[in-house]
Amino acid sequence: MTAAYGVIVFPGTWSDTDWRDAIEGVLGAQAEYVFHKETDVSRFDCLVVPGGFSYGDYLRPGAIARFSPVMRALSDFAAAGGPVIGSCNGFQVLCESGLLPGALMRNASLEFRCQPQHLKVERVAAPFTSLMREGDVLAIPVSHGDGNYYADAGTLARMEANGQIAFRYCDEAGAVTPEANPNGSLANIAGVTNEAGNVLGLMPHPERVVEEALGGTDGLRILRSIDEALHEHARSVNA
Amino acid sequence: MPVSQETLDEIALTREEYDLIVSRIEREPNGVELGLFGALWSEHCGYKHSKPLLRGFPTTGEAVRVQAGEENAGVVDIGGGLAVVFKIESHNHPSAVEPYQGAATGVGGIVRDILAMGARPIALLNSLRFGPLDTARNRYLFQGVVAGISGYGNCIGVPDVGGETMFAPTYSGNPLVNAMCVGLLPHGGLMRAAAANPGSLFLLAGSATGRDGIHGASGLASRTFEEEREMRPTVQVGDPFLEKVLIEACLEAAASGLLDGMQDLGAAGLTSSVMECAARGGTGVEIDVARVPRREDGMTPYEVMLSESQERMLLIVKPENEDAVRGIFDRWDVPLTAIGAVTGDGVARVYDGPDLAAEINVATLVEAPQYRPGGTRPAYLDALHTAPMPPPPDPAQAGRILRALLASPNVASKRAVYRRYDHEVQTRTMVKPGAGDAAVLRLRELPKALALAVDGNGRLAWLDPWTGGAMAVAEACRNVAASGATPLAITDCLNFGNPQKPEVYYQLEECVRGMADACRSLGVPVVSGNVSLYNETQGEAVYPTPVVGAVGLLDDARNALGAAFAREGDAVFLLGASPADDGALAGSEYLALEHGTVAGRPAIDLDAEARLQQLLVTLARERLLSSAHDCSDGGLAVALAESAVLGGVGFTGAGDLPEGRWDAALFGETPSRAVVSCAEANVSRIEAAAREADVPCARLGVAGGERFTIPRTSSSLPILLVDELLADLADAFFGGLERALNA
Repeated sequence: MTAAYGVIVFPGTWSDTDWRDAIEGVLGAQAEYVFHKETDVSRFDCLVVPGGFSYGDYLRPGAIARFSPVMRALSDFAAAGGPVIGSCNGFQVLCESGLLPGALMRNASLEFRCQPQHLKVERVAAPFTSLMREGDVLAIPVSHGDGNYYADAGTLARMEANGQIAFRYCDEAGAVTPEANPNGSLANIAGVTNEAGNVLGLMPHPERVVEEALGGTDGLRILRSIDEALHEHARSVNA
Repeated sequence: MPVSQETLDEIALTREEYDLIVSRIEREPNGVELGLFGALWSEHCGYKHSKPLLRGFPTTGEAVRVQAGEENAGVVDIGGGLAVVFKIESHNHPSAVEPYQGAATGVGGIVRDILAMGARPIALLNSLRFGPLDTARNRYLFQGVVAGISGYGNCIGVPDVGGETMFAPTYSGNPLVNAMCVGLLPHGGLMRAAAANPGSLFLLAGSATGRDGIHGASGLASRTFEEEREMRPTVQVGDPFLEKVLIEACLEAAASGLLDGMQDLGAAGLTSSVMECAARGGTGVEIDVARVPRREDGMTPYEVMLSESQERMLLIVKPENEDAVRGIFDRWDVPLTAIGAVTGDGVARVYDGPDLAAEINVATLVEAPQYRPGGTRPAYLDALHTAPMPPPPDPAQAGRILRALLASPNVASKRAVYRRYDHEVQTRTMVKPGAGDAAVLRLRELPKALALAVDGNGRLAWLDPWTGGAMAVAEACRNVAASGATPLAITDCLNFGNPQKPEVYYQLEECVRGMADACRSLGVPVVSGNVSLYNETQGEAVYPTPVVGAVGLLDDARNALGAAFAREGDAVFLLGASPADDGALAGSEYLALEHGTVAGRPAIDLDAEARLQQLLVTLARERLLSSAHDCSDGGLAVALAESAVLGGVGFTGAGDLPEGRWDAALFGETPSRAVVSCAEANVSRIEAAAREADVPCARLGVAGGERFTIPRTSSSLPILLVDELLADLADAFFGGLERALNA
């Protein structure tokens, strides 16, 4: 079985091509663009909400994209347990849509940051991190102006208790320090999941580090984890 | 009624030019017609003072498919069914008036130039010049320009992969903001900006038209200006989101085969866009300004024709294809409006509903007069060439001077700039900003890679315009060669003062001659360019500043090289002749920073330059090198230190530096040199290759350790001229610009 990935394209999305190339060219699975006006995503095994500036980030990043026709279908897909990964602007869209807790504010530096970044794996679970070990350090770059994660104290406590913090910004050695935090995120949070664990949002760009020629392959570890989970799922359904 | 001087001043036409118009059309032009002439005969659109000079550039080459001047930009074949299209353009005056929007719309404009050819924009680069950062005004301009490039470029998903940023007092009132865009074009995908078929429609895509930017070409770009507040309304406001969807819609339309042609709307808006298409097609046009979607009520035909509202493209479409093209733009929710048609009679007619507002022959409109006023060699040159060089300082100062140079904003890492630009989107970037002399982008479609660099040096062109021009071409191409790529072609932006001043015209003429000579020596044609004149404040011209963007090709992406020392124990060599005399100090950063002097007569041997570049490419192709870095600002010591701090690998000097002035040996800026490192096993092959190429090759030492040392150049000096902790040099280099910004 080759898994089918739907890559959502809003007006202003720009990591769509990079995700397709990573999924098709490196992972060896199928990828298809899903234009924001579409309303049927039932043919996919996994949905990707890529980075970019959907609707120019006007009003707030993700605030307009959440009203796109495809988002209702995406919500239904997620509610039925389908895996959804949102990176960068995709994370912002998922938060604005209420599919993920919390919000992403302007970087504390008030400037855009495109730079190498290290992430600490906080939780190992299907479908996104099953091929990792807790405490692993991944090198996955960031590129955003609004990645400063925030959630209120109650929400944060619930997320911690549920194991919804997927990744934290850290230094090369894995230490979670203020200096390693590129944007001021609460508790160095780089990526979170929903309660069920099938929706992941993260600010870094895994699709940019899938080949040595691009400077690393740690992004591929996330993609491979998802693909493994989809195969596992297919096997269990067919069994 | 004779036209008033005030009206002529507003559109920057002279009385003689007005009289020429009257004699050509055999009547007085009306207001709208005069506006059309003013725009098309502006320096910015008409190249009145530069066109005769630019004819000296070589524009043909084995790989050149479309030459400069034929279209918006030249097209260079890179094999495998692909071509590259690239161009650099200035947005100096808008950025001086309103830095954020000036720089942002500079990016938007150059992207549409590339888009108009049917090419996918894959990279942006910038060349920036500001006054020193010790004044609040210059910091404001710097921050605004960088924020504008960041805000616009990041939003449209085109990586900003490289550039340069320099500071000198001459640019205080008149910063230079040059933006370059590189596009990738599949064979057969080339769009012509020509309206060749009478009966075809002009469709205007994108933004509605407002009063912004009227007189941008004639006023802002084509004369000096003093009162910025008065000019603010002539700066446009960008909408990068609309640009992004416009890119997608236009590329889809171009690929559909449904278009006759495509053209961007840039300087002088609809006027230049429509008239240039008609001129290229040998046709006429009918435009109805009443059909142009407006942002505001009450706009006159004159304002609609001259508006420089951003994010607009012009499509030329046969009537039978209109609906299908409309379908593409509807899908992307991009407005598309039919505003006129191509005619067969060579006449441009502008209607406002039923009323004829202007009627002029297209050929008359686009044939701007050309001037070759003749130049006078500026008197200052002799004084600067013969100025005595200050004596070398106490050699105990060598380490401190090296640290000061590394921390100087002209030399220091530009991380504070490039980390604000997305330089990785589209996942092609192999050698990232700051990591090499050129950015290297892989081509997914092929095993090849492109190397991109932009370079210029106003200080050298001020000291010797011919050499400065030649040096700009040489350095941009050397950067590309150091990354392992064969330079393919260049684009240029000429930033000069008022060409009606004989001294400025001389600088322009000599500089262009130097560039052309360098192009011929290095075998690179000029495929596109832009001229920005009238860069003056209070009557003082900026340094003559030629900026060159070079594009090179690596046949195998895996051969790409960075500038950083890669391994402990690698041997380090200097390639190229490295004299340690007064002449080497001409126009150097060391002289400016340590001695407060800009003087001397820089020189370049173009044959030696060509041999060095070929050697660099050969060594990379044979995979003999671990790193390569050209010696430029700050000289040899700075080049070595940069390779060391970039790699986090120290350096122990052991070889013989040239005897002579120790400061010239360390900090002299003789061109045509590069620092390379290699595995010990490759040393003899490299030495042999250098001998064969007739390039001097001197072993300087070995990479490794925590320290950075350079031995003495003569027995009268301390044994170690430089002995620094690598960490201290790294702190100077990586922190220098930020410290200057926060001072």
